[in-house]
Amino acid sequence: MADLAQATATRSRTSFINDPKIRSILFQLAALIIIVLLGWDFLQNAQENLKAQNIATGFGFMENTAGFGISQTLIPYSESSTYGRAFLVGVLNTLLVAVVGIFIATIIGLLVGIGRLSKNFVVRLLSSVYVELLRNLPPLFQILFWYLAVLSALPGPRQSISLFGEVFLSNRGFIVPRPVFAEGTGYVVWAFGLAIVIAVFVASWSKNRLEETGRPLPTFRINLGLIVGLPLIAMALTGFPVSFEAPELKGFNFAGGVRVIPEFIALTVALATYTAAFIAENVRAGIMAVSHGQTEAAHSLGLRSSQTLRLVVIPQAMRVIIPPLTSQYLNLTKNSSLAVAIGYPDLVAVFAGTTLNQTGQAIEIIAITMGVYLVISIITSIIMNTYNRRVALIER
Amino acid sequence: MKRLISTFAFAGAFGLCAVGAQAATLDQVKSKGFIQCGVSQGLPGFSNPNDKGEWTGLDVDFCRAVAAAVLGDASKVKFTPLSAKDRFTALQSGDIDILSRNTTWTISRDTSLGLNFTGVTYYDGQGFLIRKDKNVNSALELSGASVCTQTGTTTEQNVADFFRANKMEYEVIAFATADETIKAYDSGRCDVYTTDRSGLAAERLKLTNPDDHIVLSEIISKEPLGPVVRHGDDQWFDIVKWTLFAQVNGEELGITSKNADEMLKSENPEVKRIVGTEGKFGEGLGIGNDWAFQILKQVGNYGEMYDRNVGPDTPLKLARGTNALWTKGGLQYAPPIR
Ligand SMILES: N[C@@H](CCC(=O)N[C@@H](CS)C(=O)NCC(=O)O)C(=O)O
Repeated sequence: MADLAQATATRSRTSFINDPKIRSILFQLAALIIIVLLGWDFLQNAQENLKAQNIATGFGFMENTAGFGISQTLIPYSESSTYGRAFLVGVLNTLLVAVVGIFIATIIGLLVGIGRLSKNFVVRLLSSVYVELLRNLPPLFQILFWYLAVLSALPGPRQSISLFGEVFLSNRGFIVPRPVFAEGTGYVVWAFGLAIVIAVFVASWSKNRLEETGRPLPTFRINLGLIVGLPLIAMALTGFPVSFEAPELKGFNFAGGVRVIPEFIALTVALATYTAAFIAENVRAGIMAVSHGQTEAAHSLGLRSSQTLRLVVIPQAMRVIIPPLTSQYLNLTKNSSLAVAIGYPDLVAVFAGTTLNQTGQAIEIIAITMGVYLVISIITSIIMNTYNRRVALIER
Repeated sequence: MKRLISTFAFAGAFGLCAVGAQAATLDQVKSKGFIQCGVSQGLPGFSNPNDKGEWTGLDVDFCRAVAAAVLGDASKVKFTPLSAKDRFTALQSGDIDILSRNTTWTISRDTSLGLNFTGVTYYDGQGFLIRKDKNVNSALELSGASVCTQTGTTTEQNVADFFRANKMEYEVIAFATADETIKAYDSGRCDVYTTDRSGLAAERLKLTNPDDHIVLSEIISKEPLGPVVRHGDDQWFDIVKWTLFAQVNGEELGITSKNADEMLKSENPEVKRIVGTEGKFGEGLGIGNDWAFQILKQVGNYGEMYDRNVGPDTPLKLARGTNALWTKGGLQYAPPIR
């Protein structure tokens, strides 16, 4: 106690320059000022020199007419839209691949990872082959394989493979009927929303009940019934307002229906299966990190193998799995920029490719593109870190 | 990745110091002893490596002609293969001295990219290639078609204009390189492949069965293809510009790589001026007075260059057409050397 008082006294006597805390803040401030000044100088110089070289600068180009077509647009876009709009189309196309890819990769990765530890020899072998094969082939090669060897080998639109005459698979992609919403659809959506809310309640109520009485409820089945059943009832009551417009062959291609372009399928499938191989290894490592005693304890409590895995092993493995999983998700997102090789209109193809080439504003466009990837990465990391904090071991 | 590096080099070059007077390209070329020439990644007839790995083609020969004029040796050229979308950055950042890569001269490229077009080595227009068994005879029957093309080209914009102007539906799939584009077309992903008609003739050779495809008669755009240099270096701009003029004038005067030596003895004042036995035109350009003679002797005149690479006797089989001399009803016309 006396020591501490003395230390404080000494500190207050020395000049504030020597205070390590203040000093470190000062140094950081100085560094920041230098960086900002340098950056400012860089920008000024760049602007002047580009002007002297007769190269356009600034962000005004975002408002100019793009004048090129894009094969997949999640928001309305035409050739007369602006470069700004084309940029948004590109961002959304990148996000679509990332989200769908991450979803599929996680499921496959989890299954294969568990499969590698299976007691069944065949399952174990297949899982190992999967991991070793996909992890060791370059992703670009895998994308080209799916695109050129698998999807392009499909027959043309006139000879499409058809399922029930409603769904068509051809080298132009996967075509499904387009839902047409008539009046009354709103009720169905409400019913769906209501079903989800009830399902959440059921889940938490049954969890409490399990903890209090030890008796489990078939929560999954109840909720599935709710989520499918309620909207169905609503549909029946409103006289089935949702109908489907079947795709129809017209001229070169199909008209009507919703088309998933082969570029999207090839890119997403290739990236998802590739990333899944890494995720599988993370999952395996995570499960192996859970001490065997936990499994034995669970068994001796009378839990079945599947229950042990679901209730005891996986929740603990998650702590080990989440951090490397985050970087796999980021990898998948960044690898999606390989899209340009197969003509999928992602951010890099549409914006850092066509737009850059038409406007010539390399510095601005590359800066914006890097910014977008940075933001996507940061958001992904924040989400994963938040989740990680929730599953992290809380010492009691 | 390569693009990123050159963008950084580009940003660095423009950001770090006041460029002011950039070192003249001519001095740099002379001191390093060769010309760095940007070409395509493989377009037969224009710029394409042969089986020995040597670059051949009209665009390649043009760079050789500049090397003959500047360094007196047509072989002093190094080539940088560039995709359509990376080509301008490579020139702006100083990676290459000339871009000679079937590049269309447009106002936006000429005025907002910090570049200058030096002339037209090939007058072209955009066309469509389609499978014969689709039974299409006119581009106006293409409504609903899927179109394969390359990103970073004028092609991408022309096709949008064409379909829009004719109120037709279409889907465009744009690939980064020519090989990816033609492969996708060959595999049936697209109904039509579109690019410059010279490019169609060249890329067609890469198809599994070239004879199963036809080029539709419509020409939907003007594509004057020519060499490009950086804006702001007038001396280099003049040299590259007059290299082509010398080749065109050479053809007009009947000077070829074979008779160039004899032409040194010619009494025709026009011939004397071009082979350098009269006047001092090389001085104005800052290069040797035999500059045009070296071009014509080592590479040949425009007609020779054309016939050798893309003419009727080559696999491309392109008739001279609009690229004939103005005296023969074409558009190739060069200001006089005097
Ligand atoms: N002339 C057009 C098109 C030039 C172009 O890139 N054409 C393609 C298709 S013929 C090509 O040369 N590809 C060869 C390559 O990428 O190496 C332009 O300047 O934008």
